[in-house]
Amino acid sequence: MSEKKTNRRDFLFTATYAVGAVGVGATIWPMIDQMNPDASVKALASTEVDVSTVTPGKTITVLWRGKPVFIRRRTQEEITEAKSVKLEDLKDPEKDEDRAKNPEWLVMLGVCTHLGCVPLDQKGDYNGWFCPCHGSHYDTSGRIRKGPAPTNMEVPKYEFVNVNTIKIG
Amino acid sequence: MSDHEYTPKSKFGKWFNDRLPLLSLASHLTDYPTPKNLNYWWTFGGILTFCLITQIVTGLTLAMHYIAHADMAFESVEHIMRDVNYGWLIRYIHANGASMFFLAVYIHIFRSLFYGSYKSPREIIWIIGIIIYLLMMAAAFMGYVLPWGQMSFWGATVITNLFSAIPLVGEGIVTWLWGGYSVDNPTLTRFFTLHYLIPFLILGLVVLHIWALHVPGNNNPVGIDIKKPSKDTVPFHPYIVIKDGFALLMFMIVFAFFVFYAPNILGHADNYIEANPLVTPAHIVPEWYLLPFYAILRSVPDKLLGVIAMLSAILILAALPWLDTSKIRSAVFRPLYKQFYWILVADVLILGYVGAMPAEGLYLLIARVATAYYFLHFLVILPVLGLKEKTIPLPLSITEPVMGGSPNIAMAKKKESKIE
Repeated sequence: MSEKKTNRRDFLFTATYAVGAVGVGATIWPMIDQMNPDASVKALASTEVDVSTVTPGKTITVLWRGKPVFIRRRTQEEITEAKSVKLEDLKDPEKDEDRAKNPEWLVMLGVCTHLGCVPLDQKGDYNGWFCPCHGSHYDTSGRIRKGPAPTNMEVPKYEFVNVNTIKIG
Repeated sequence: MSDHEYTPKSKFGKWFNDRLPLLSLASHLTDYPTPKNLNYWWTFGGILTFCLITQIVTGLTLAMHYIAHADMAFESVEHIMRDVNYGWLIRYIHANGASMFFLAVYIHIFRSLFYGSYKSPREIIWIIGIIIYLLMMAAAFMGYVLPWGQMSFWGATVITNLFSAIPLVGEGIVTWLWGGYSVDNPTLTRFFTLHYLIPFLILGLVVLHIWALHVPGNNNPVGIDIKKPSKDTVPFHPYIVIKDGFALLMFMIVFAFFVFYAPNILGHADNYIEANPLVTPAHIVPEWYLLPFYAILRSVPDKLLGVIAMLSAILILAALPWLDTSKIRSAVFRPLYKQFYWILVADVLILGYVGAMPAEGLYLLIARVATAYYFLHFLVILPVLGLKEKTIPLPLSITEPVMGGSPNIAMAKKKESKIE
């Protein structure tokens, strides 16, 4: 008899804690989620860029979602160099063809995958990019070759709207 | 705690004290028995309290003129420097005050390391201190972001990106911290809010830190337990108040030197260029007080392991009371520990130096050796040393070494009574 009573009390305690925990969670979540990107930030999701003035061997940097995007019109040597690299030599193996659908144009986030600095153009041991913050070297395809960065510079979703215009995002 | 019961003299005082014993607290603080052999390394607690109050007061006044918005923050800081009455003075005190705060806290921490103040029964004081230190670093980092200069922006980018090293959820956490896809206005406004909040959290923890201190009482340069109150102690007021006050005065001279003669020497010229998300400054280094940890981060060639090493370097301090197996507190009686202590001091200074240098060649090699030694000190040397070291016999009281260092109680007592 007394054991049964204890069980009933235990059930009430457990139910109270469970409902209480859900309540606390539901109250805290809006406080946490308010820090995530808001609607106005998300609305700036895509940018169109005019690339008609970019000659081979030149890079332009545009701002997309607050981050720099490198648009480089590569020279023939750079393309050859990027394609000739063996995949085994890469820290984050990725074919150049997969990174630059049109080999002449390399479009990628100009953000070092180590801690987010902007790498410098045509510097470093692989004639690609070099990050001045902690010394990561990228090749002409924006792939990590040496230094602390774990992955290649990210290629965002983009498309050629027409011959002279790239839409990022 | 003081052993005597306090009764206010006035009738109103008694009436009030019975309802809220503030006068008893004041009496406890003034009469608090303090070891009479405390040296000047013990004055940094008071100095740190001064630093905290200075930062809060100057910070409040700066907040009356500062605008936390990505388009206006940089200009509002220039407005403070040029237009606001004494704005330059208040800002230079606040900016250099952060450096002075860290200078004092590092002396305070290394004082504890030398005299074993973190050992039983003072572990909780020590751990609260480490939490305060962590909060100080968070506050300093976020404060440095507020002027929205190049170093602000890129420092914020690099430090928040440390969280991206966490597997799976890292990127999500970084986006959440930023409130966007890069460091931008939402990041600035939340950093301002937190920068405003943290000093008050620190203030609360300082109260706990002092409360926990007043339970066992101060450690002392000899590091032995003392009877309180006794011949070995003096009341906090006026003895320690005067000594702390004098040390504070000396400290303020150094402080004033920086504020008036070299207000920008500890900063970076790049931070007088407005934040530009398209260009990273060529040499990005944190403020001097974070350099040793920055060197540890860069010395590890892997992103995640580098972040883990850096955090462990700080958190390992919290485990110090249990890593140090020696029962003897003061390094004065530990001839080997004393040498390793100074090697550690040199090691941290070297880490700080290479942290400011480019991470390549010889600098990188030195940083790696120094990082390895740092962990070796805490994880191997300290636990082994406590078991193996042959220590010097402790005196029987803190009065004894002053009176001639006789190990004989009767002799010491006789000498003491003669003096009296």
